[in-house]
Amino acid sequence: MLYRESGQFKTTYAADQQLFPIRQDRYAIGLLLAVAFVVIPLFASSYWLTALLIPFLVFALATLGLNILTGYAGQLSLGTAAFMAVGAVAAYNFQLRIPGMPILVSFILGGLTAALIGIAFGLPSLRIKGFYLAVATLAAQFFIPWLLVKVSWFSNNSASGVITAQPIEILGFAFDSPPRKYLLVLTIVALMALAAKNMVRSSIGRAWMAVRDMDVAAEVIGIRIMRTKLIAFAVSSFYCGVAGALYAFAYLGSVEPDGFNLDLSFRILFMVIIGGAGSILGSFLGAAFITLLPIFLDVLLTEGAAALNLNLPSGMTSMAQLVVFGALIIFFLIVEPHGLARLWQILKEKLRLWPFPH
Amino acid sequence: MQFFFEVLIGGLLAGVMYSLVALGFVLIYKASGVFNFAQGGMVFFAALTFVGLQEKTGMPFWVLIAATLAVMVVLGIVIERVVLRPLVNQPQITLFMATIGLAFFIEGLAQIIWGTEVRRLDLGLQDEPIGALMDQFGILVSKFDLIAALVAGILVAVLAVFFNKTRIGRALRAVADDHQAALAVGIPLKQIWAIVWSVAGFVALVAGLLWGARNGVQFALTFVALKALPVLILGGFESILGAIVGGLIIGAAEKLAEVYLGPHLGGGIEGWFAYMLALLFLLVRPEGLFGEKHIDRV
Amino acid sequence: MTSGPHPSPPPSVMGEGVHSPARRIGDTMLSVDNISLAFGGVKALTDISFDVREHEIRAIIGPNGAGKSSMLNCINGVYTPQQGRIRFDGQTFTSMDPHKAATMGIARTFQNIALFKGMSVLDNLMTGRNLKMRANLLAQAFYVGPNRREELEQREKVEQIIDFLQIESVRKVPVGRLPYGVQKRVELGRALAAEPRLLLLDEPMAGMNIEEKQDMCRFVLDVNDEFGTTIVLIEHDMGVVMDISDRVVVLDYGKKIGDGTPDEVRSNQAVIDAYLGVAH
Repeated sequence: MLYRESGQFKTTYAADQQLFPIRQDRYAIGLLLAVAFVVIPLFASSYWLTALLIPFLVFALATLGLNILTGYAGQLSLGTAAFMAVGAVAAYNFQLRIPGMPILVSFILGGLTAALIGIAFGLPSLRIKGFYLAVATLAAQFFIPWLLVKVSWFSNNSASGVITAQPIEILGFAFDSPPRKYLLVLTIVALMALAAKNMVRSSIGRAWMAVRDMDVAAEVIGIRIMRTKLIAFAVSSFYCGVAGALYAFAYLGSVEPDGFNLDLSFRILFMVIIGGAGSILGSFLGAAFITLLPIFLDVLLTEGAAALNLNLPSGMTSMAQLVVFGALIIFFLIVEPHGLARLWQILKEKLRLWPFPH
Repeated sequence: MQFFFEVLIGGLLAGVMYSLVALGFVLIYKASGVFNFAQGGMVFFAALTFVGLQEKTGMPFWVLIAATLAVMVVLGIVIERVVLRPLVNQPQITLFMATIGLAFFIEGLAQIIWGTEVRRLDLGLQDEPIGALMDQFGILVSKFDLIAALVAGILVAVLAVFFNKTRIGRALRAVADDHQAALAVGIPLKQIWAIVWSVAGFVALVAGLLWGARNGVQFALTFVALKALPVLILGGFESILGAIVGGLIIGAAEKLAEVYLGPHLGGGIEGWFAYMLALLFLLVRPEGLFGEKHIDRV
Repeated sequence: MTSGPHPSPPPSVMGEGVHSPARRIGDTMLSVDNISLAFGGVKALTDISFDVREHEIRAIIGPNGAGKSSMLNCINGVYTPQQGRIRFDGQTFTSMDPHKAATMGIARTFQNIALFKGMSVLDNLMTGRNLKMRANLLAQAFYVGPNRREELEQREKVEQIIDFLQIESVRKVPVGRLPYGVQKRVELGRALAAEPRLLLLDEPMAGMNIEEKQDMCRFVLDVNDEFGTTIVLIEHDMGVVMDISDRVVVLDYGKKIGDGTPDEVRSNQAVIDAYLGVAH
């Protein structure tokens, strides 16, 4: 009853084209932001911030990146983690080698470096489609971390290849505690999510979707397929690069190229599929789901085993994770290819009509 | 020069094994247009089931083979029934992602059933140099590799005959060409798909046994399947011949690069070399060596 | 079919007197010279020449597989012919590319609807105006200044087309959910959104019932009348073709076998043999 747009008339196209045309949505998003920016930093425990919320936000950003490429532009990539690695290592090196470099600028430059590499590996997409492209991006996934480890310049000649990320300080203010790091990540992710939303509702976003849905028709309209795909690769890799930098600087505190492996790429792909390909909101839902699921499973299995007096073999949780992830992916692709975002949308539509069925 | 040949032969033999895995992909791709990312998971599943059954029951070799084959056939049919049939007529990219999910599922399941530790698989073949070659030419070629390559070669030949000469093979090719038309002339589509997935399970079993005997039965087996992808890019997804030739090229090129190029690049290049090779190849000839060029009709 | 004097057409879906004599047919706008196209060994088009005049409605007819769609695909650069030239607006091309064709004001629809299925009607039409949009990526990301202004301006234009085609009620519906006839209309709208000078319509009325056909004919004629758009049209329904087109090209097995006014074509023996006499 409360969620209904009746009585809210749009008299201009400007009003109709705003981000959240329904008033209740605006209130809800305002409330959500208030909770995220004020309530959580005040009350959430360190564990919640460092183990759950920061990785969730970082993954959401990477998922946004992959979603732009796969969900909106229709180009499948299995190299997400590699582009994150580029962003992380590049940001580290910009910090390291240019004295007085503001850290935010390093993050942006890290993203831009990832964008350049993304364009390079996106070039084959001009001639190949679908899983052919997936194989090409696998090349990036295997080659880039290898290169980052082998060329010791990247890790400043660190013996183990692992490097310690510099502390985050902006205008003399140190982002050293969990709530502060959380706030920084949240701000960056919120801004970039807004930018992503704006892009997908502007001409570039329509060009991406056009190329995804029907490339010949898009070409005939005058969309340059090549340029559109490469922009998608660039923007996507930029997002992944910044996510990688945040992953290293705000979450792990270190940069280890080998940590950006195929598994991470898959995990982010799963976030896209389960959250909803072609949905900004879905990126967040998917990231939350996949971040929380292992923890949930872990608790369930250990508690369950304890209750039944079973002795679980070691590694059981991670195996169960594989099975559950796999089953969920198949389930969503068959039952709801548009993921959690679509379920949320259906719920909203039902809510608008409630208590009437139609 | 002797050393070069030694490396080359080693590479070619390893390449036959790549071909074997790639063959599983080609079979399924030809018949149902699905790029089955889970083929590696199936190889792993087969090898693990074989070793697991061996440990648990101690059955004789051929009984074990039959039992594992039965398991693989059931697995194949279940996959076809539960995962792929509901996704018929979906975009290829969706099917591909579904098989990624499938890969995770199978890999997790195999380890839940049989445990996670690395196991040895003994086929009674020794990984030792062949004496005659050693004495005569001074070339070191592993007996195991040779026999494995022979087995793989025979399997490939049998499948080629199966595909080209039998009634089922002909039906299969018809299905590959056009589902609807095949259905219209009375080819039982679902049966054909079940057969293909079973055959793919069989190929996975052979590959799993050979690779497992060589490297131990462990999770890393699934990466072998990842190696088969560049083979397919090279050979084209629809060609059995392509899978063989592509496998040989990738196998040889990888070994040669590892030996001659690797030291200059700091080693470890076998992780990506095949992929970069395939990537470069894609830019030149996207349809693969033996693939067909498609004309987009509008 | 009996031939009557122009402009009283044979019994047809449009009824009487649909031609407005006030339309001014201008000079040659597009001419296709000696086009040949082959796929491998299969010849799709052999030595085809014809021209299209400004403000004209030009129909291409012929049996299935005659090469009609291939002809359109050559004109807007989806296919590259092996031989021949295309002259458009005084410029000569041995091959077009689709982007070039679009910037020169050529728009088209497809035989099998080629809409962007995942997007709403509004977004499909907005995509049609893509070439008119100039805002850079950053402006789009922040939805500021030029981008915001541009989006609103273009929205206004697109709404005019939505009004014209009477699809207001479905503007926010994803096109995949719309019935076939409406999708055809949306596709016409997407082509119109580009404000084309030359509109290529590939069987705009295929698969429609008689009412839908009448609507679509009305739209085609209105576009031609009100916007002065030149139209090249492939259509199977002879009644429609004879009614609304000024001149007709007839293709058969990739060769041109007839060219002229509907009346001329109707009395052409080769055409009757190949097409009208046999197929209808």
